Amino acid sequence: MNVAKVLDAKGLACPMPVVRAKKAMDELQSGEVLEVQTTDKGAKNDLPAWAKASGHTVLEMKEDNGVLMFWIQKG
Amino acid sequence: MTQPKKKTTIILFSGDYDKAMAAYIIANGAAAYDHDVTIFHTFWGLNALRKEASVPVQKGFLEKMFAKMMPRGADRMGLSRMNFAGIGPKLIKKVIKKHNAMPLPQLIEMAKEQGVKLVACQMTVDLLGLKPEELIDGVEFAGVAAYLADASEGNVNLFI
Repeated sequence: MNVAKVLDAKGLACPMPVVRAKKAMDELQSGEVLEVQTTDKGAKNDLPAWAKASGHTVLEMKEDNGVLMFWIQKG
Repeated sequence: MTQPKKKTTIILFSGDYDKAMAAYIIANGAAAYDHDVTIFHTFWGLNALRKEASVPVQKGFLEKMFAKMMPRGADRMGLSRMNFAGIGPKLIKKVIKKHNAMPLPQLIEMAKEQGVKLVACQMTVDLLGLKPEELIDGVEFAGVAAYLADASEGNVNLFI
């Protein structure tokens, strides 16, 4: 996967992962992929909900050692 | 995405640290959702907008009393439950730090950064004897009509 930008939001609590993701996404072009790394368990629901409402697509999500990783394609 | 932006409006009536925190977390989340966000502060909620430093202004006796009795700024506000004469807020700030959450003053800063419109209700500003120079920069002053104009187009309207 071609990742245009990696956002390290580890250790941050609600609402920061979504706030940072929005800021990072604003700098990308449509079709580019943002990788988000977070340790906020609420992000499992938060980021997909935010992506859907904002017109982006979650391509993949995985959990590794307590770190949630999302790959979100800008709409 | 060419459709007009959605709107979120929040009335912050409460002057409690925890309730204001909830209001500002929702506001920041809504801004990340690319909503136009307005927080309309009235009554005790106005204290969230006060500068922490005392500002020398001319006031009558009653207004001075109000100014003394109310918390000067977001960081000095009490909790709606378990305030324990001021120990509660200290404890909650400790757990906020421990969990890497954002304390209220930083949530307000971030809301401003994200373009959240902060409005002070002019009528209650006058009632409580607050002067514009006692409030943080970037606050707009308005009344019920301005709020309703925003809220009638609002997709999310909350009273906290």
